[in-house]
Amino acid sequence: MFRQAKTGILIIDINSDKCDLCGCCVGICPEDAIELKESEIFIIDERCTNCSKCIWSCPIEAIKLKKEGVAA
Amino acid sequence: MREEYDIVVVGTGPSGSIAARYAAEKGVSVLMLEKDRDIGYPVRCGEAISKAGVEEFIAVDEKWISAKINKFALVSPDGTEASIDFGDAGYVLERKVFDYELAKSAANKGAVILTKAYVNGLLFDGDKVAGVKYEYRGEQKEVRAKVVIAADGVESRVGRWAGIQTYTDFRDMECCMQVTASNINIDPGTLYFYFGENIAPNGYLWVFPKSGGCANIGLGVSGIIGKKKSAQSYLNDFLNKNYPDAPVLTSFAGGVPSCPTLKKISAPGIMIAGDAARQVNPLSGGGIASGMIGGSIAGRVAAESVRMNKPDHIFSYDAEWNNRLGKRHETFNRIKNGIYNFSDDKFNNIAASFVKIPENKRSLRSLFTVALFNNPSLLIDIAKVFI
Repeated sequence: MFRQAKTGILIIDINSDKCDLCGCCVGICPEDAIELKESEIFIIDERCTNCSKCIWSCPIEAIKLKKEGVAA
Repeated sequence: MREEYDIVVVGTGPSGSIAARYAAEKGVSVLMLEKDRDIGYPVRCGEAISKAGVEEFIAVDEKWISAKINKFALVSPDGTEASIDFGDAGYVLERKVFDYELAKSAANKGAVILTKAYVNGLLFDGDKVAGVKYEYRGEQKEVRAKVVIAADGVESRVGRWAGIQTYTDFRDMECCMQVTASNINIDPGTLYFYFGENIAPNGYLWVFPKSGGCANIGLGVSGIIGKKKSAQSYLNDFLNKNYPDAPVLTSFAGGVPSCPTLKKISAPGIMIAGDAARQVNPLSGGGIASGMIGGSIAGRVAAESVRMNKPDHIFSYDAEWNNRLGKRHETFNRIKNGIYNFSDDKFNNIAASFVKIPENKRSLRSLFTVALFNNPSLLIDIAKVFI
């Protein structure tokens, strides 16, 4: 018998309240997975590989790995 | 709004505006698209530029000069200040005004400007780029062009859509944080550079004077450093130690791609210029002058290609850029890799030897000579710069 693991998944999460829209993460993203507009920033989920380079290159620590769907 | 232009320029920073102006001057139709509502804002820049770098492109005007620079001061980790007198060296700009003026100079030659126009895709004729898709006030639009010039900055994506690999390795991205603060008591004609493992590892911290006792205080650290400690955190440490009570007027994050230019900066129907092409001096991190030079070549070559009706002519941009600055930037990049890995002791030794040279005999050349004694393997690269 298999059962659902309880770990959930990790996803890259940009805190839009903290984000300064500077574009560092867009410039280093190897997958072209970040969309930066005048006052909004998005992760393109189907391209993001969770490589975490954007986390390291953020000057203001606005990007983190967030756990999603963690079972209780 | 026309549906077709000879040239569409994405981005209205110094590089995009100069590209647009050089193209419009040759009598071709030019459209400039800017994603922000305001040209020149937000200012993600230390704002220093050499006199020669700016005067090639615009007549000097007091309204965009915030400070006139005649001295550099290099501050070693132990606090030794080694200054070099440069005479009439350069300026600290008021970029908000400067960028406006550059864009206006392009408009005066006939370029059309559209702000709040966010480019989100390319149009193709087979493999050739044939225009851009953009979002303008909630509406999706398209405009065709014979040549697209992507001057869309450090966050550039336009080149990628044309199949050019434009992203920067995270280790080469100097991730920056800067504040403009007032009540900063420094010499109003000196650019200060601080070095040290605890101040700005793998990079430097700058204090650049601005008018009225203000200064731009900022630093950049490589992504590899940011893994452990962010640029913001390093800057806070410096401010708390040196200027704890200085009122901060504005603070910005930003990125400087500190690497050689992209291997390829043109492809069928598209050219890349400025920060987007990584046309930044990798040693100093300065990108205004080199971006304008890149833009000027791109704009002129694009217009020539349109006028001669020879689409392949735009590929000559790569070689022209490499001969003008690209090769030099590769050398600067090697010097950067040599210098930015110096230990604190080495920086302290260099500064200690340098301050023994009488002030009137100090120059960048003598500084590098002193640096050489501390790291002979730099000799070949430094010789290339000065010979």
